[in-house]
Amino acid sequence: MTMECVNPEGLRLDGRQFNDIQSSSHQTLESWIRPILLKGHERPLTCLRYNRDGDLLFSCAKDHNPTLWFADNGERLGTYRGHNGAVWCCDVSRDSSRLITGSADQTAKLWDVQSGEQLFTFKFGSTARSVEFSVGDHLAVITTDPFIERTSAIHVKRIVEDPQDQVDDSVLVINNPDGKKRINRAVWGPLNKTIVSAGEDAVIRIWDTETGTLLKESDEEVGHKKAITSLCKAADDSHFLTGSLDNTAKLWDMRTLTLIKSYTTVVPVNAVAMSPLLNHVMLGGGQDASAVTTTDHRAGNFEAKFYDTILQEEIGGVKGHFGPINALAFNPDGKSFSSGGEDGYVRLHHFDSNYFNIKI
Amino acid sequence: MLQFSFGSMEVLDIDARAAKLGIDWSHVNLDSIQLPPGQDFGIESDDEAVYHDDQSEFDTGFGNIIVVDHLPVVPKEKFEKLEGVVKKIYNQIGVIKENGLWMPVDPDTKMTLGYCFIEFNSPQEAQNAKEKSHGYKLDKSHIFAVNMFDDFDRLMNVKEEWEPPQARPFVPGENLQKWLTDEKARDQLVIRSGPDTEVFWNDARQKNPEPVHKRPYWTESYVQWSPLGTYLVTLHKQGAAVWGGADTFTRLMRYQHSMVKLVDFSPGEKYLVTYHSQEPSNPRDASKVEIRVFDVRTGRMMRDFKGSADEFSIGGPGGVAGASWPVFRWAGGKDDKYFAKLSKNTISVYETETFSLIDKKSMKVDNVVDICWSPTDSILSLFVPEQGGGNQPAKVALVSIPSKVELRQKNLFSVSDCKMYWQSSGEYLAVKVDRYTKTKKSTYSGFELFRIKERDIPIEVLELDNKNDKIIAFAWEPKGHRFAVIHGDQPRPDVSFYSMKTAQNTGRVSKLGTLKAKQANALFWSPTGKYIILAGLKGFNGQLEFFNVDELETMATAEHFMATDIEWDPTGRYVATAVTSVHEMENGFTIWSFNGNLLYRILKDHFFQLAWRPRPPSFLTAEKEEEIAKNLKKYSKKYEAEDQDVSLLLSEQDREKRKALNEEWEKWVMQWKSLHEEEKLARQSLRDGEVSDVEEDEYEAKEVEFEDVIDVTEEIVQESM
Repeated sequence: MTMECVNPEGLRLDGRQFNDIQSSSHQTLESWIRPILLKGHERPLTCLRYNRDGDLLFSCAKDHNPTLWFADNGERLGTYRGHNGAVWCCDVSRDSSRLITGSADQTAKLWDVQSGEQLFTFKFGSTARSVEFSVGDHLAVITTDPFIERTSAIHVKRIVEDPQDQVDDSVLVINNPDGKKRINRAVWGPLNKTIVSAGEDAVIRIWDTETGTLLKESDEEVGHKKAITSLCKAADDSHFLTGSLDNTAKLWDMRTLTLIKSYTTVVPVNAVAMSPLLNHVMLGGGQDASAVTTTDHRAGNFEAKFYDTILQEEIGGVKGHFGPINALAFNPDGKSFSSGGEDGYVRLHHFDSNYFNIKI
Repeated sequence: MLQFSFGSMEVLDIDARAAKLGIDWSHVNLDSIQLPPGQDFGIESDDEAVYHDDQSEFDTGFGNIIVVDHLPVVPKEKFEKLEGVVKKIYNQIGVIKENGLWMPVDPDTKMTLGYCFIEFNSPQEAQNAKEKSHGYKLDKSHIFAVNMFDDFDRLMNVKEEWEPPQARPFVPGENLQKWLTDEKARDQLVIRSGPDTEVFWNDARQKNPEPVHKRPYWTESYVQWSPLGTYLVTLHKQGAAVWGGADTFTRLMRYQHSMVKLVDFSPGEKYLVTYHSQEPSNPRDASKVEIRVFDVRTGRMMRDFKGSADEFSIGGPGGVAGASWPVFRWAGGKDDKYFAKLSKNTISVYETETFSLIDKKSMKVDNVVDICWSPTDSILSLFVPEQGGGNQPAKVALVSIPSKVELRQKNLFSVSDCKMYWQSSGEYLAVKVDRYTKTKKSTYSGFELFRIKERDIPIEVLELDNKNDKIIAFAWEPKGHRFAVIHGDQPRPDVSFYSMKTAQNTGRVSKLGTLKAKQANALFWSPTGKYIILAGLKGFNGQLEFFNVDELETMATAEHFMATDIEWDPTGRYVATAVTSVHEMENGFTIWSFNGNLLYRILKDHFFQLAWRPRPPSFLTAEKEEEIAKNLKKYSKKYEAEDQDVSLLLSEQDREKRKALNEEWEKWVMQWKSLHEEEKLARQSLRDGEVSDVEEDEYEAKEVEFEDVIDVTEEIVQESM
């Protein structure tokens, strides 16, 4: 596959044109943000991911082409062509050389980030829903959906340096106890010793990566009440944030699975992110597209909402999408973030100095 | 009847379980579920007490035996004949058990003893037989005396001499008005959300509701406060119940009326009216309606009314299904003396001394379609529409009860519809009259204003400045002399205020002012008057304007997005706006101060109902109230000091809370940092010896450090290329 180059003129960089961020009852966020609208996808967004340096932004959507953007100005670098189905998730290696994507075409693919070349294809019997590289990038965890008699499962693949030597075999396969329920996210725990999974059954599970045994399950009493849609890890793998259709996001200790914080909003949460810089968490979601009223755009609540991590209080919100938000990501420098919506747009927001001086 | 409810199980959980088991939940008849004996799933049933009572009755095992006395005494030869006769009588009523008839015989004379025992299959049959055959005349000298066998013990124990019943020592009842003595003078409100019903104090100072009582499945449909706030009524399969009391809500009384659908109190809360209607098996028939009137305190049923729905409504050719609630409208005032029912061509007025019609007959009023009591006096206003294609004019009349004397009436021409609005202290009656234009193609509206308390009840006609304006809403100022009207065309109608009193001319209505182009379609006066909320519900998405009518100025504008309900607290200090479950999103309620400050907001999924607990009217005289209002500064000092204390305390508490939260978070962060440090070497080896943990160790990294890191990475990229 060759990289497709795009004229940056095709991008609308004038944030003012899209300055529809409204002050809400909580705080005026108008001055926080200059949004850049990235129009590259034709279908709802599913996943957004920055590389470690924060200069590249990868986006996946239900169209078949993961796309790479410059994280600073929103210029499109190219697309990764080869999938034949919605792309649900992606991850990039620490050195930004490899990209892994999971798709509804029942494959997960390894890509060369720079050339856009397909390096390897892992084949499954059902949709590959979530992918993540381990610490050190020698392993990848891939989850697959339940499909006919197949149960939802977590697969661990070894990733080798030279794509010629890459094999399809799984190092470990863990079947979900409730096999009919989808696993929406599986991520590596500290030092790759554990895998944390969460999904439609609203339970968070920690697995041992050596033996595949179940180590911990989230407490039913304090845990989510409805499907968990999203999971976001802290940079040091110490804690993570989950978002759920029960209108809450919850912060957990990754080693003990202790519930630390809970954030409540008014709409189902589809996407969560944690600021690497300030004690802020970001929740995105909105009324399900099929249930949206047509009377008023505000009814859906398609806002990216900011909460104080410690006090659990809402700080403010950024409006702009006209469909539910499906994906959120902070730039690793904490000075910008991007949001991807059911509306097919990626909105790239750079914070103004006002944001860094917020007091609540 | 064992009431089946779900306790702490979430309905959603049940749905999920049912789906897993492949059960279509909607087709399950809950009443058909039989729980294993002794299994109650940890839910205590209210019926348990009833259950035990029933059991004890069967304990002797003779419940299905009756004793028939006063039979003829016959010799041996006639024994069989008599036995045959008795059998024949009782076989008509129930099934006598095999060998269930036993007629004892005197062993010496071989004569019968004049009585026999009959055993039936069930206690019900025995009871039935007893009731039916007691007093049966076999012939002139033999009249049956039938008793239940089980009753004999009781009857034998009756003492020869009558003893006066022991007076039970007086047990003081609970103070049902305790909530009014709250030190902070707060008001209560009840909300229903999901399966829960909760009563709160509205603690506006703390900006939080303080829970009073919460019960899941407290009611099976809705709850309602009594008009003076003493009771909270809940609805159940078996009937209605009222709750109240000093500290927590205890059940004070139950009213048996199975499948009760609606309830209504008399204004003095002496009587409770319950309503039940049954859908007819044949859809062409009218549904059956049963209405019971209970005495609230004793729980005694005072009267019940049964009949088809037609008898409780004016029906109309359109065929309005069921009756319009409340069927019985209570006369104003606290005496609860009269209530009236409207049915086709008749108004039936009952009085509560005997619960019968006044003068033993209903009032005949041809084609009457609406009646309305004065809120304070026993005056009934009624409206009769035009008859005979306009030959007979429409009529609005005032009738005094119980004399049934017509105090005043007015004929109105080319009227399409009328609506009557009483002012809360019964001083004025406004009748909104919709008239046809000459072409009869459209209508326009005006008002007829009755001054009830003045001599001869003068009537005044009021037309809007632009008489083609549609009237969207009308509301009297409670206890006041003013009213507000929303008129004009959507989406931006005007709001006008009028006063029944003018400085120069007391007997004339005058306009105070008009607000142009407001996004409002509903009016909510404060219960103390003076302030009003102009609300834009439904299509206007919950626009709120808090308006001071004395000064004719807007105090605040706000929005409670999607708000469906607005209710002032009984003191007029706070307002609740709510989004109920008619919308899927944003369910919950918001409390505002009277002048439009948002105080707090509570979100609740599946939010059904919010109701402030009413207060009985103040004992202060109007003069005293005026005096307080004049010297408000003197009185308010104390409260302002209290307010300040509370706000100091609050900010102190807030600081403490934040400090605690921050400390707790710091502890986690410290722990994470040290673990991260411990694992450093292991991580390095996983990364093939790469030593680049720098940025992860820094929680609040500085800009400069980030630039450093970027440099490092770039070098690596170059190396790898």
